[in-house]
Amino acid sequence: MATVKFTANLKRFYPDLTPGEFEGNNVAQVLEAVNELYPGIKGYIVDEQGKLRQHVNIFIHNAMVKDKDTLTDQVKSEDEIYIMQALSGG
Amino acid sequence: MKDTLILGTRKGLVVYKRNNNGHWRHDRTEFLAVPVSLAFVDERNDTWWACLDHGHWGCKLHNSSDAGHTWKEVDAPKFPEGEEIKEGVAAAVKYLWAFAHGGNDNPDKLLIGTEPGGLFESNNLGNSFQLNRGLWGHPTRKDQWFGGGRDYAGIHSIIVDPDDSNHIYVGISVAGVFETKDGGQSWEPRNKGLKADFLPDPDAEVGQDPHLLVACKSQPKMMWQQNHCGIFKSEDGAKSWTEVSQNGGPANFGFAIVVDDQDGNAAWVIPAVSDEKRVAIDGALCVCRTEDGGKNWHELRTGLPQQNAFDIVFRHALGLDGDTLAFGTTTGNLYWSANRGDSWEAISHNLPMVYSLDFV
Repeated sequence: MATVKFTANLKRFYPDLTPGEFEGNNVAQVLEAVNELYPGIKGYIVDEQGKLRQHVNIFIHNAMVKDKDTLTDQVKSEDEIYIMQALSGG
Repeated sequence: MKDTLILGTRKGLVVYKRNNNGHWRHDRTEFLAVPVSLAFVDERNDTWWACLDHGHWGCKLHNSSDAGHTWKEVDAPKFPEGEEIKEGVAAAVKYLWAFAHGGNDNPDKLLIGTEPGGLFESNNLGNSFQLNRGLWGHPTRKDQWFGGGRDYAGIHSIIVDPDDSNHIYVGISVAGVFETKDGGQSWEPRNKGLKADFLPDPDAEVGQDPHLLVACKSQPKMMWQQNHCGIFKSEDGAKSWTEVSQNGGPANFGFAIVVDDQDGNAAWVIPAVSDEKRVAIDGALCVCRTEDGGKNWHELRTGLPQQNAFDIVFRHALGLDGDTLAFGTTTGNLYWSANRGDSWEAISHNLPMVYSLDFV
């Protein structure tokens, strides 16, 4: 299972949010697993079509995911995934 | 007389209350630092609604059953999978821009307008919303609706006929006014008489740019719109429109407009310099009122800054309650008048940009 870590900014909406291990072969599947534990959080990270929100980034280790539209980047069990708030406006 | 003002602002939902001396005082701020595109109170059940526009996290919807003291997030409208704004561009909600209740005979119904131009309906008091297929499937949408100030066409005005909740109008920037008489199954454009000076054919039936559409509560066929290309009035429920802009005066371009609840010939606008500048005219803030259906406009300036003012007023940021008016501006000023605009008094000069204002 991949480890998922979250920007502290998401704790504003999910105060109990902590890093954890989640199942999934790609980023979209991992996000579904995260959403099961924290219902509704997916809607903060992707829009209703599954596209990564404009000012949110997801990294696998240090590499930004390539497929921001459907999050099909492959995930391995030893991977660390970071869900981050992108910088915007300078 | 309503004694509470709720503001949707760039930095939260701000509540003012009028005290026993008649002065408005800041009561509290909810959702501090979160842009609130619209704050709305469902007068049927006193539920408060806040449409949030998290820059990073998308549009969210919250409601409150205790006058805004505690809030609960509910599922915001979402486009179904596979829906497209146009060929190859997936539809996802970017902005919650209009909110209305569905009529007194439809106590569980709510309506929300979004950018891109979706009309969403709830039949369970907001626990879930569905896309109105009749309007979304309108044959003009993909080719003749387009963005103006925002990236895509958006629905900013929803008017439910108080005598018939199946009779609804929407105002869309940029597309125009649409009407349904069958509860939203079929829609017809209602833009005859409008002018779109930004189109090759200014008389086009679709592609007009109402900035805000309003109707007189007691005379619902008396409708007004502050349009991109002037001020227009209809006396026949939008079947035809007549331009009533002020010849040689300030009442032309703007965003906000309100119409008197009882007298469909009395309306107020807050003019601005036209689209390419969007500032107060000659650095002076001015409200214009007509009481004869737009034949004559009176410039109301007493108590408003008459030099070095940059303010304009967004479409939802002017409110009316009887003879009382209030408006919030893009530069964070809040003014009110107890005498139909004859004179004004500042409530605050230090607010964030104001998106919406309503009396409760």
